Amino acid sequence: MAVEILKEKYRSSVREVVLGATKEEGGTRAHTIKVGGETALPFLHFEGKIPNRPVVAMEVLDMAPEDWPPSVKSFFEDVYNDPAAWAKKCVDEYGADMIALRFKSADPDLKNASAEDCVATLKKVLEAVGVPLIIYGCGKTEKDNEIIGPLAEAGEGENLLLGVAEQENFKPVASAAMAYKHSVIAQSPIDINIAKQLNILISELSTPLLERIVIDPTIAALGYGIEYSYSIMERARFGALNGDRMLAMPMIGNVSQEVWSKKEAFLEEGEPTWGDQAERSLAWEAATSMALLQAGMDILVMRNPESVKIVKKQIDDLMQDNSY
Amino acid sequence: MIIIGERINGMFRDIAKAIREKDPKPVQEWAQKQEAMGAGYLDLNVGPAVPERVPAMKWLVEVAQEASKLPLCLDSTDYDAIEAGLEVCKQPAMINSVPAIADKMDRVFTLAQKFDAEVIGLAMSEEGIPKDAESRVALSMELVANCDAYGVPVDRLYIDPLVLPANVGQDHGPEVFETLRQIKLLSDPPPKTTVGLSNISQGTKNRELLNRTFAVMAMACGLDSAIADACDEELVAAVATARVILNMDIYCDSYVDVFRNQNL
Repeated sequence: MAVEILKEKYRSSVREVVLGATKEEGGTRAHTIKVGGETALPFLHFEGKIPNRPVVAMEVLDMAPEDWPPSVKSFFEDVYNDPAAWAKKCVDEYGADMIALRFKSADPDLKNASAEDCVATLKKVLEAVGVPLIIYGCGKTEKDNEIIGPLAEAGEGENLLLGVAEQENFKPVASAAMAYKHSVIAQSPIDINIAKQLNILISELSTPLLERIVIDPTIAALGYGIEYSYSIMERARFGALNGDRMLAMPMIGNVSQEVWSKKEAFLEEGEPTWGDQAERSLAWEAATSMALLQAGMDILVMRNPESVKIVKKQIDDLMQDNSY
Repeated sequence: MIIIGERINGMFRDIAKAIREKDPKPVQEWAQKQEAMGAGYLDLNVGPAVPERVPAMKWLVEVAQEASKLPLCLDSTDYDAIEAGLEVCKQPAMINSVPAIADKMDRVFTLAQKFDAEVIGLAMSEEGIPKDAESRVALSMELVANCDAYGVPVDRLYIDPLVLPANVGQDHGPEVFETLRQIKLLSDPPPKTTVGLSNISQGTKNRELLNRTFAVMAMACGLDSAIADACDEELVAAVATARVILNMDIYCDSYVDVFRNQNL
C-alpha cells in the first residue's frame, strides 16, 4: 500500500523584494539580488518554493573600528581606513553578496561627520563594488535623520536598502526611500505586533513602498534570547504564508552587531573552559546565523569572514532541492 | 469568518430593477463596494425580479466578474440557473445551496464536481429544519457522505446548520452553536461552516447588534463564513476582533483596517 505523504499547503507567500538596480534599471550595480518569495517554511523544498537563497551582507564601517578584537581585525587591517577598499575586499576575497555600509563616523560622540562626508563615502563604495548596498546610520536617531535624506538622494536609482525605520521614527527613512526609490528596513523590537503595525504605517505613507520593505525583527545573539527572535520570526513567517500581507516581507538580521557586542565573542580571556577566542567568536557568529536561517532569515549582516564562509556553505547545502 | 456579501440579490429593489433593465451599473457598484469593505465572496441571487432565472443568473455572473475579482456564490433554488452561471464563471465558484435531500444532492454535487465548485449544504431534509443539534449533525453527516461519494473534497463543503430568528426560534440558538462544534468532528479534513447571518435578526428591532453578537459567538464555535452585509462596519469590526481573539490573525493596533483592506 502506498504511503500518503502529508505535506503542508500554504495559501500565500512571502513577497519577493529586489535589491539594487543595474544600469538598465537606473542604477550602477553589476547585478540585483532578489530575496523572499518563499511559499513554504525555510528550506522545506518539498512543501513549496524557496526561489531565492538567503544572502550574506558583510559589514563595512566608514571609519576604523576601535573595539574590534584582533582576531577579526586582522582580516581588514589593511583596508580599515578606506571603506571602498574594505567593501571591495569583502566582495572579492570573502564572497559577500551585499555590503552593509555603516556610517559610524556620523556619530556626534565620535567624528560627527557631516552628511557631505557620508555622501562622499557612499559614492566611493558604490564605485568600488558592484553588489547591492545596505545603508545604516550611526545609531543616533537625530543625526541619522539628518544624513539619510542626502544619502538617499546621492544614491538615487541604486535601490539601496535603507536602515532603519522604527515605529516612533519611520518617516525620515520611509520618505527618503519613497522619494528616491529605495527599499527600506522596518525595525521592531522583538515584537510581532509592532512589526506588523510599522509595515502598516509605512504602507499608509506610500502604498508602493509595501513591496519594498524588509523586516528587521531585531535578533538576539546565541545565548542572549535567540529563542525569542526565533519564535517571533517563525510567527511572522506563518502569518505571511497564511495570507497576512502586512507580515509577508523578507527579513534581515543584524548578526554582527549582536554577536560582537557579547563577551563570549570578544573577550580574549574568558572563562577557562571557553577556549580560544578566535575560534569561539567565529563559531558564535556562525551558530547564531545558522539558527536564524532556520527561522526564515533572508539577509544576514555578518562580520567575520571565516563565519561567513561557514554560513555560505551551509546555505549551499540547505538550498539543495529536497523535494520528493 | 469569511463574509459572503449578500447585497446582490433581486430581493433588493435596485438590483431587481438592474436585472430587469439589464443595467450592469448597480450590480457592479455593489460588487466593488462589498469587495472594498472586506467581503470574501459575492453572493448572486436573481430573486423574484424576472421569471426567466437562467439567463438572469448568467447575466449577473458576467457583469459581477467584470467588476470584481472575488469568487462568486451562486444563490438559487433553480439548479438550471446555477449551472448556467457556473458555465460562465471565470474561477471556481460556490453553489448556494443544497439540502440533505437525495435527488438535489445528486444534481448539486455532480455540478460541483464538474465545475470544481464549493457547495453550501443545508442541515435540513424534506421534513424541514430540525429542532435540535443531534438531528442537524445527522443531516450534516449525510451531506458529508454524499459530498465525498461524488468526489468533491469535503473541505469544499460549507454546512449551514440553519439559523432561526431570535424572536421566534430562540431555543434554536444553542443548538446551532452545538452543531457548529460537532460538524468539525465529522471528518478529517472537516467540512467548513456557514450561516445566513441576518436570519438571526429577522423581524427584530436591533438587527445589527443581534447579527454581530451572533457572528462572534458562532466564530468561537468554529463558524468559517457567513452570508452577511459586508457594508455593516460594526459587523466587520467585530469579526476582525474575534479573529484576533481566536488567534487567527496576528494583532497590531490597526487590525480592523487590515482586515477591512484585505482585498486591496
